Amino acid sequence: MTRLAFIGGMYSNYHALVATLADIRAHGADATYFLGDLGAFGPYPDRVPELLIERGIAGIQGNYEESLSTRADDCHCGYTDPRDNYFAQLSYDYTFAHTSDALKDWMGTLPRTIRFEAGGLRFLLVHGSPRRINEFLWRSTSPEPFLEKLCRDFAADAIVCTHTGLHWYRALPDHRHIINAGVIGRPANDGRTNVWYALVDVDGVNLRVEFVPVAYDHHRLADEMQREHLPEPFIETILSGWWTTCLEILPAKERAAGKF
Amino acid sequence: MPSPDAPHVPLVALDTLWFQVAGTLCNIACTHCFISCSPTNHAHELLTLADVEPLLAEARVLGVREYYFTGGEPFLNRELLPILEATLRQGPATVLTNGMLLRADVCRELRALFDASEYSLDLRVSLDGFDAASHDAIRGAGVWERVMTGLRNLVDAGLNPAITVTTAAEGVATSDGRARFLELIRNFGFARPRLKVLPLFRIGAEETRTRAYEDWERLTSDALTSDDAKVLQCSSCRMVTSRGVYVCPILIDEPGARMGATLAETLRPFPLRYGACHTCWVDGVTCTT
Ligand code: SF4
Ligand code: SF4
Ligand SMILES: [Fe+2]
Repeated sequence: MTRLAFIGGMYSNYHALVATLADIRAHGADATYFLGDLGAFGPYPDRVPELLIERGIAGIQGNYEESLSTRADDCHCGYTDPRDNYFAQLSYDYTFAHTSDALKDWMGTLPRTIRFEAGGLRFLLVHGSPRRINEFLWRSTSPEPFLEKLCRDFAADAIVCTHTGLHWYRALPDHRHIINAGVIGRPANDGRTNVWYALVDVDGVNLRVEFVPVAYDHHRLADEMQREHLPEPFIETILSGWWTTCLEILPAKERAAGKF
Repeated sequence: MPSPDAPHVPLVALDTLWFQVAGTLCNIACTHCFISCSPTNHAHELLTLADVEPLLAEARVLGVREYYFTGGEPFLNRELLPILEATLRQGPATVLTNGMLLRADVCRELRALFDASEYSLDLRVSLDGFDAASHDAIRGAGVWERVMTGLRNLVDAGLNPAITVTTAAEGVATSDGRARFLELIRNFGFARPRLKVLPLFRIGAEETRTRAYEDWERLTSDALTSDDAKVLQCSSCRMVTSRGVYVCPILIDEPGARMGATLAETLRPFPLRYGACHTCWVDGVTCTT
């Protein structure tokens, strides 16, 4: 059996990253991968990449790394609502200003996808979807026939993604799987302050997914965000577990599950 | 007049399938309706569950991601709920409605469908102003009141539609106008107000309300890069009506936009010959807006 750990969007939440890496070690994972979006939302954006480099963890670019490494003007998050874009821009401008050039260049060296085989399954790691770095794969709008087509078109048995901020898993016919690992950067819009990563056990063609909740010192993160003058709605999300921004992109079902 | 040197947009992937489920039949006749729907416009007829089923089967094989239902007014179609039920078995569904026919019992049935499906069932209710006077100037006398009843029934059923507003509503495109509109939606009783602002197409009734397209408002091949093409909805959608499968939901009055009878016949590129194509391109209209 192989045990794989997947870390979704980190959003500069290095306190959560430290706690997550400790939890992964405790679970005895054979390999750990990050799925992009190291920055956004949180404070001191150099700390997450520095920690990943120091621990030698492999991973891929998210839309944030694509934007930062190419010195783009915005985060390529893919929002459509003006208020969502307003807050996304505040995050991006802060992150851009506080990320060193050396780290921006390093982000440009990250691959956009990773492929490997584990057990009898071909894994494909992507940030948004195999088609687009910022495509949102939500549970309630990613139906089975569509996901089967993605597996077919991209020759994969297990696709692992993030970008939406909400974790979910769907088993498809013929031993194929889609896993959205969620994010450790902010809570999952469920009124709980913990964050989530994904542990995947592969045994032959059998696969088992466990989403693991991670508690971390979120008060300390909120204090630091305050000190860095990051937007109040972001801090509220860290402290309450409810999303206050990026809401208009949520499908009806996911929106109904949140508070705002 | 169609332009000769039109760029061709390939169907990159059939992500979005539209159904003109009410044909061109509507219980009202708005002055800005881009396909001039009305109680007497039979250009496209209602679709039955039996009409829809084979296309759903085809869509399943092609890996369609999401389904949209429009008209006319979809709730004029007595088979709408069974059609939605069949659709939700294979993917998420969104219904575009004027909100006038949302009776309490219909809203309760929609809520039951919403809860029973693992895919999203979403509603979009269109409004055209901040109050009865401005709204009814476009939609007709008394329409605002009926929409308010429909919205109250949705609130009571615990459903949260997106409210769509065209830029025909004065000031809604500004951030002040948006804030005012969100407040209005909150006052209707929706704790999580959802607002989408849409551009207008200068075709159908809208052509006479304001003005038609000028000749320069046509696309030529050099005006369109392949990246531009990917954001146009015709690169990822098709529209089913009682008369066949059309390139997109906007051009169903153009005989040249009918591409076939089955989805399989419509997977080829389409030339952007029409004035409405110019609006799509300039305003970046996509399936998700
Ligand atoms: S805009 Fe909508 S509500 Fe108005 S006539 Fe057209 S289809 Fe009917
Ligand atoms: S009207 Fe828009 S969506 Fe339809 S064919 Fe023209 S560009 Fe494409
Ligand atoms: Fe992302």
